[in-house]
Amino acid sequence: MSEYIIKNGHVFDPVQGIKGDKKDIAIKDGKIVDKVGSGAKVIDATGKTVMAGAVEIHAHIAGPKVNMGRIYRPEDKLFTCTPTKGMERMGGGNSIPTTFKTGYEYAKMGYTTAMEAAMPPLFSRHVHEEIRDTPIIDEGAFPVFGNNWFVMEYLKNKEIENTAAYIAWLIRVTKGYAVKVVNPGGTEAWAWGLNCLSVNDPVPYFDITPAEIITGLIEANEYLGLPHSLHIHPNNLGNPGCYETTLDTLKLAEGFKAKNKFGREQVMHLTHSQFHSYGGTNWGDFESKAKEVTDYVNSHKNITIDTGNVTLDETTTMTADGPFEHHLTGLNNLKWANIDVELETGSGVVPYIYSPNISVCAIQWAIGLEIPLMMKDPMRCYITTDHPNAGPFTRYPRVIKWLMSAKAREAQVNAFKHKDKVLSQTSIGSLDREISLYELAQMTRAGPAKSLGLASMCGGLKPGMDADVAVYNFNPDKPVANPDDIELAFSRCAHVFKSGVEVVTNGEIVSNGHKRTLWVNVKVKDNPQVMRDINEKFLKYYSMTQANYEALGHHFVPNPYTLEVDATQV
Amino acid sequence: METVIITMKNPPALYLEADNVSPDAFAGKTAAQIAELHVHEGNVTSTFGKYFDVSGHAGATAADTKIIVKGDVKKVKYLGFKMSAGELVVEGSTDQYAGAWMTGGKMLVKGNADAFAGTAMKGGELTIEGNAGNYLGAAYRGDWRGMSGGRILVKGNAGSDIGMYMLGGEMIINGNADVHVCTHAEGGKVIIKGNAKSKVGGQMVDGTIYVFGSIDTMMPGFKPAGEIELEVDGVKAKFAHYIGDMGERHKKKKGQIVYANLYKKI
Repeated sequence: MSEYIIKNGHVFDPVQGIKGDKKDIAIKDGKIVDKVGSGAKVIDATGKTVMAGAVEIHAHIAGPKVNMGRIYRPEDKLFTCTPTKGMERMGGGNSIPTTFKTGYEYAKMGYTTAMEAAMPPLFSRHVHEEIRDTPIIDEGAFPVFGNNWFVMEYLKNKEIENTAAYIAWLIRVTKGYAVKVVNPGGTEAWAWGLNCLSVNDPVPYFDITPAEIITGLIEANEYLGLPHSLHIHPNNLGNPGCYETTLDTLKLAEGFKAKNKFGREQVMHLTHSQFHSYGGTNWGDFESKAKEVTDYVNSHKNITIDTGNVTLDETTTMTADGPFEHHLTGLNNLKWANIDVELETGSGVVPYIYSPNISVCAIQWAIGLEIPLMMKDPMRCYITTDHPNAGPFTRYPRVIKWLMSAKAREAQVNAFKHKDKVLSQTSIGSLDREISLYELAQMTRAGPAKSLGLASMCGGLKPGMDADVAVYNFNPDKPVANPDDIELAFSRCAHVFKSGVEVVTNGEIVSNGHKRTLWVNVKVKDNPQVMRDINEKFLKYYSMTQANYEALGHHFVPNPYTLEVDATQV
Repeated sequence: METVIITMKNPPALYLEADNVSPDAFAGKTAAQIAELHVHEGNVTSTFGKYFDVSGHAGATAADTKIIVKGDVKKVKYLGFKMSAGELVVEGSTDQYAGAWMTGGKMLVKGNADAFAGTAMKGGELTIEGNAGNYLGAAYRGDWRGMSGGRILVKGNAGSDIGMYMLGGEMIINGNADVHVCTHAEGGKVIIKGNAKSKVGGQMVDGTIYVFGSIDTMMPGFKPAGEIELEVDGVKAKFAHYIGDMGERHKKKKGQIVYANLYKKI
């Protein structure tokens, strides 16, 4: 493999505590190394910013609901298609880009790892086929567990060991990465025409509460010692006053400690926290509760969060929170698709326009920025747009601009039709913090990598780590003349290396790299009861046999990277 | 106003996507520069000059530019695509998406225009002297934003699904219209001087349809609301008034539910 040396760049690496010093980064055989030979190819990064490849902790980029969006929104591809060009295959779509465009766009912005945030286990084969067809970036997928019949039945009887054995089996057969929970109990309740809007609303038939599902899954997750923690989209998403449910959810993590060999410290990851930080009783008195939520997270070190920034675009919402999507189509009267996933989960898809002329959308925009600006520890707060729910991931450079420039935020606030309402219902006007490049590297690299249990592999530039490196046309020594320059610099990298292969040069794709699928192989003690239960449920309820369920082998996961976990001795 | 005349000299074997034939794309260009603009035949991109002779030159702005299209352009799509000002005259018939996404100016098709003419049109005037195809002034596939402004006049007949998801503007059909008129519409006005078939105003939320001739089958979701004397496009007559679609959601204005209106000449 080629050797490279990236010379004279301003390096920002929280893993080694490097804050913009001029340093050379050496790459050999796919890894960061101390030094390389004189024959190494020199990349001149003078006057540029060098960071590790960015890590996406939560995006909906592969699988049946993403594809449902693509199928039923041909208009999303209108005027957004790009023809074949050099290494790039044709692509299209704005909020739900094709798999190829997804890989290219992430890479061009300096992202080298991304997590698909909600994999319906029954359709894991579809998820993996799309992951396989998304070039360059390493990807993993989180199977959803929060409305799963097995989980609810075991946890009703407090059978943590059986829950853990089931999780281990399911993650192994679906080639999953972590335990995801979406509206715990609520999606199943909706099949009965109901929902769970608080952590204490019982799930019909199963007679278990969201609180019991959440604590049981945290316990099972730590029993197994998985790389990532429970990854939760709590109940009552997106409703005025939902922050109380969010705080109730966060409190459930109290008393739990992370137990794993991957360096992860949290036991709960609260995703798209923007959607869960709303006060008020209706859309008229709708207000931000970002302070209440971040105050709690700031003082509880066993929780990490991501933002879910609203980008003020036309986009496509999609979530395993089926009842929420039904609620949303009732609000905006746009087309709605719904998918039921048998014993496991469900999902819905609705287009949405976050208009700067609508006060609620503008307040949502402000909350998404308040959260990272109020979080004291950037290692525990990561930038996402919950792509495509709050906006397309291709808008990260704009979110970065808003975070790094109070002037850019002020300009946007002034452009809102209901500026006064945004200022009265949120505290965005009084926040003058500007995120530094070092903090940005924490929020987009070192932080999410640590939360995912990948800290030894990616998110940093320490010798021995994977050579995922992004070089931006951004000179930290020069004052920013125009905030738009920040957006431009983070939109298209000067160079991107993925596992030591140069994949982007001057904003253009030059290689499709060696894309890997990250998954967790967790071994547990033999559990005949769980195996019998699985067998029985397949015979009685599933529409397919077990033999057709597993995502295995060369076809679905052609280039796996397996994180081994041994829970047989617990 | 300056005039550019483009004449088909080398008809394409496949359909030609000529999304550059508009006063906006031509403005400020000489004949030679216009001949360099791109067109797509199938998946092959080539120059305009390969298919068309170009004479004259464009004005400095779109408003100062008139384009006359001569020759057989029956297999040419997207004439007048996104035009905002100026004039475009097509002397014969044209294929799909004539005047699609136009926002201003005047476009005249002397022959027939195939499907999707005036898709998502926002302004300007589109006149079709022959017949219009299906989905006239409708939304793009999957979209919920159809024609929202401007005026379409069809002197012949129109196909099916005209005014689908229409939001505003005016459409006049001198002849007959096929099935599905103003499906899902939330505004705008459609006048059919000839006959309509069926599914007139299905799932219509708001907006108005006038039919001078017959309607084969009325939608069950439309309710009679009396008779009324109206002047429509210069014609004074008595109309039977229907409101609907009762099966669809409707907005409220000042406490009153706003229905879509269907007027049929008696």
